[in-house]
Amino acid sequence: MIPAAFDYEVAESAEAAISLLAEHGDDAKLLAGGHSLIPMMRYRLATPSVLVDVGRLDDLRYIRAGNGTVSIGALTRHSELEHSAALAEACPLLASVAALVGDPAVRHRGTLGGTLAHADPASDLPAAVLALGGTIVAQGPGGSREIAASDFFTGYFESVLDADEMITEVRVPADRGGWNYQKFNRRAQDWAIVGVAVAGGGSGVSLVNMGSVPVRASGVEAALAGGASAAEAAAVAADGLEPPEDLNADAEYRSHLARVLTERALNAAGVA
Amino acid sequence: MTITEEAPAGHIGARRLRKEDPALLTGESKFIDDLALPGAIWVGVVRSTEAHANIVGIDGSAALAIDGVNEVLSGEDLALLWGEGALPCAWPVTGDMKTPTHLPVARSTAKYVGDAVAVVLADSRYAAADGAAAVVVDYEPLPAVVEIEDAVADGAPLVHPDLESNECYTWGLWGDNAPAVDAAFAEAAHVVSERYLQQRLIPAPMEPRGCAAVPSPAGGELTLYSATQIPHILKVMTAVVLGIPENKLRVVAPSVGGGFGCKLNVYAEEILCSALAMQRGAPVRWTEGRAEAAVSTIQGRGQVQHIELAADADGKVQAVRVKLLADMGAYLQLVTPGVPLLGGFLYHGCYDIGLYLFECTSVFTNRTPTDAYRGAGRPEATYAIERAMDSLAVSVGVSPEEIRARNFIAADAFPYESSAGLTFDSGDYQVVLDKAVALAGVAGRRAEAAQRRAAGSSKRIGVGFSSYVEMCGLAPSRVLASLAYGAGGWEAATVRVSPTCKVQVVTGSTPHGQGHETCWSMIVADKLGVDPDDVEILHSDTAVSPTGLDTYGSRSLAVGGTAVYMATDKVIDKARAIAAHQLEASEDDLEFSGGVFRVRGTPEAEVPLAGIAFAAFTAHDLPDGMEPNLEAHVTYDPPNFTFPNGTHIAVVEVDTDTGNVDLIDYVAVDDCGVQINPLIVEGQVHGGILQGAAQALYEDAVYNSDGQLVSANLGDYLVPSAAEAPRYRLDSHATPSPTNPMGVKGVGEAGTIAAAPAVINAVVDALRDLGVTDVDMPASPQTVWRAIADAQGGAS
Ligand SMILES: Cc1cc2nc3c(=O)[nH]c(=O)nc-3n(C[C@H](O)[C@H](O)[C@H](O)COP(=O)(O)OP(=O)(O)OC[C@H]3O[C@@H](n4cnc5c(N)ncnc54)[C@H](O)[C@@H]3O)c2cc1C
Repeated sequence: MIPAAFDYEVAESAEAAISLLAEHGDDAKLLAGGHSLIPMMRYRLATPSVLVDVGRLDDLRYIRAGNGTVSIGALTRHSELEHSAALAEACPLLASVAALVGDPAVRHRGTLGGTLAHADPASDLPAAVLALGGTIVAQGPGGSREIAASDFFTGYFESVLDADEMITEVRVPADRGGWNYQKFNRRAQDWAIVGVAVAGGGSGVSLVNMGSVPVRASGVEAALAGGASAAEAAAVAADGLEPPEDLNADAEYRSHLARVLTERALNAAGVA
Repeated sequence: MTITEEAPAGHIGARRLRKEDPALLTGESKFIDDLALPGAIWVGVVRSTEAHANIVGIDGSAALAIDGVNEVLSGEDLALLWGEGALPCAWPVTGDMKTPTHLPVARSTAKYVGDAVAVVLADSRYAAADGAAAVVVDYEPLPAVVEIEDAVADGAPLVHPDLESNECYTWGLWGDNAPAVDAAFAEAAHVVSERYLQQRLIPAPMEPRGCAAVPSPAGGELTLYSATQIPHILKVMTAVVLGIPENKLRVVAPSVGGGFGCKLNVYAEEILCSALAMQRGAPVRWTEGRAEAAVSTIQGRGQVQHIELAADADGKVQAVRVKLLADMGAYLQLVTPGVPLLGGFLYHGCYDIGLYLFECTSVFTNRTPTDAYRGAGRPEATYAIERAMDSLAVSVGVSPEEIRARNFIAADAFPYESSAGLTFDSGDYQVVLDKAVALAGVAGRRAEAAQRRAAGSSKRIGVGFSSYVEMCGLAPSRVLASLAYGAGGWEAATVRVSPTCKVQVVTGSTPHGQGHETCWSMIVADKLGVDPDDVEILHSDTAVSPTGLDTYGSRSLAVGGTAVYMATDKVIDKARAIAAHQLEASEDDLEFSGGVFRVRGTPEAEVPLAGIAFAAFTAHDLPDGMEPNLEAHVTYDPPNFTFPNGTHIAVVEVDTDTGNVDLIDYVAVDDCGVQINPLIVEGQVHGGILQGAAQALYEDAVYNSDGQLVSANLGDYLVPSAAEAPRYRLDSHATPSPTNPMGVKGVGEAGTIAAAPAVINAVVDALRDLGVTDVDMPASPQTVWRAIADAQGGAS
């Protein structure tokens, strides 16, 4: 439980962080809330030789709603999403998902940019951003690019982000359509065994921990678009997926949970 | 000092805040890793990644290349340090028990994942961790035995080939009962025959283990600091294992952050650090990591239980027959073999069952050794009998509370001679059960459950009972002798009143979170008529408290507290003699209350304890022949165990769609005899219940077929948090124990002993109409969902 030795740099700006990343190459990692990276370092599953701390970049902590879009700075903490009146108004799904991440200590440290970059298919917020059809803004040495959440995740803990890129902002459409998030776990602080996010009255449905990436339940969305009932649509929630197996759930049970939770989420979102 | 005016009825029974807490809450308490020891050598332990393997080679070159890593030592290198010395097992339960030689660091063969195979010595904890990670061990894997029943299968690989069998011992309580028991089963109207699994549990105290050995080379002394529950026992054992004269050895337990039994042991690292410190003449220390603890500290439970009940047509149980297979793990730690025996006397539970047969076969497996874990044997016993009683209730067609009522030992039967050979001290089990039924609102819950069933709801309600009795206050030394335990069960206390009338208590009972300081102060304050804050409690250091047997088995208050009580009486006796001398009265004419001696009938003739304390100190005018100072020592050997008991009722809501179990209510009515401090009692019960519920619902040390611990971190090994805790609703009933003068029984393990069967009985109750008759622990959502699906005829 003791990490390997590493050097530590504090970045004074996003630009400085990016150039530090470029300078140190693959061995460097950004440190935001540290609540995914540090546990991995303690198990020596991650052994970066340099940590570039962006945790103090307060100019990247904001939630701005307007013109049908909510823009959120990458260093915004989960607890800030949870308690933001503006977010509750413009995009209640995201605020309520944030409130279910880990425990209060985790939510006070963890950041939206960090949880997206970490790309854990078991995490809550990435699936919510995905269901909302959000956009991730990444800045690199050559400037900024916008990446659709649906293009962002490529595999377990993998994304299209380059090693010298930093997420600076996340944008989601303002969405007050029928929404719900079902998180099924055994202890309050745990990751979801399976989670289901419903946005836009069922136009966006995504699943947590049902594959190597957060997945859009496109079969469910299509069924709903084709006039299926919530129960009928939920029945296909796990179709075509290869859910992971662990001590909490094998693939069969996960698939069952995905169907049960999807139906519950759709019902709670008011999708008939 | 403060002398209370009134008779000293004040403190005992009061909800007094704990003396210990300000230092703990402000971080002032010093734990093992807080010790500053400049120049200490840090130990990193290289642990086997194989369950069973020959150690072919150890390559330390990469480790030695790390800055701050100074040496890499194999078990072979270290063997010179301890010669014949092996880690001790103090409980050879049978004459023919098989005991493998347990070296602190394995020499040629690793026997479990986590077994120490080499050691790194470094300048810092960081370097030690880096070094340990960099040592390359060449293993030649051997076949491993992982599961309990596989260990006794024909042709099973042997954990210890030199012992020629995986069976460690078979121990039983059978006398000449067998024919009578067989007859009872032949004639029984109802027979229940069940098989239960006790999964292995990983103790997870807030503070993992750690130790530091500090030598004084000039005189050859050694001080061993350890996060241990048992500094006194550790001292004797270290002296024996390493041949260090006891007069040169001091053991100190600093603040210890919990133990639950896992720090009731003599561990490899304690012996290793001590031996190295003596050899190197420098402090040697080791601090355990959390992930390391999962495999290097003992685990709990690990049994396959077969229990059978023979009952007459009314459900009155005539005989109980129990066969256990118990998992010792790869080696015998301090009391490993004795743990199943502590339950072996209690498989008839709190019921009057005349015929008793118990047999336990213990086996070696290639897993971390097991040993005492909160309740130690008694939670397992209670689980088996309480689950089986519910099955019997179903068979007879009566409610769980009715089957218990028909079988309880009657209140007027105490002292009760049990068929397992114990004398139960006191209790009124029916009153306790009735209180619990009323408090839980059982009738209302059942009506709600029926309503939901009728409505076809997927949220089922279940009500589960657990009535328990435990043997606590370990233990009468002669009884321990009959069980072949290697030590006694007494406890020591010294009480001193200083010249300014402050009180110093030295206790041999070693707290690690329980609140001894608070309780001992309250006991002494009441007796002497002083303020509890004027009483200091010294403990946990063999230089300060040389005599003691430490803390485990719910023994502290019933044995250690009683010693304090009796030593205080002795002090009062001496003070009385001085008072009589000063007042020129007969001792018989003196009364003592509120800290003042008075001559009966002559109220103005009085002398406060403060005056006597000072007089005892100056010794200017003491009775002829009396020694100066007000001080007394008592070593108390209890004449019997104590028998706390109670009924717990769990109410669960089971989601049949997901298998999720919610503990929606939990009622506990406990009889732990007289309560010194109900606040502390409740704290113990709360934590105990959650620890028992954790076994029922969450915790499981899962090994794969290669003997790898899969649930090796706190993300996968689910220790519940406050968020998972049920709503606790507690009540109590006190039948004072006649065994000791305060009438106390002990409460440290009660919650853990009672909770698991209550919770599982509730889950089964919720699902019985769906055809579910058993659910294995932990009743995870997946397990419950599958149990429902299987009962309904295949997965849905
Ligand atoms: C006990 C516990 C329980 C938890 N429970 C949950 C849960 O229930 N649900 C859940 O979703 N999560 C949970 N988490 C994870 C938590 O939400 C993390 O905070 C989050 O996943 C990562 O955010 P972070 O800011 O801490 O990232 P860090 O740990 O600092 O970084 C994670 C990774 O992202 C990279 N990174 C960080 N910020 C950026 C950026 N702006 N641009 C590019 N790369 C970046 C880092 O280099 C690193 O590789 C839990 C964590 C803990 C410790």
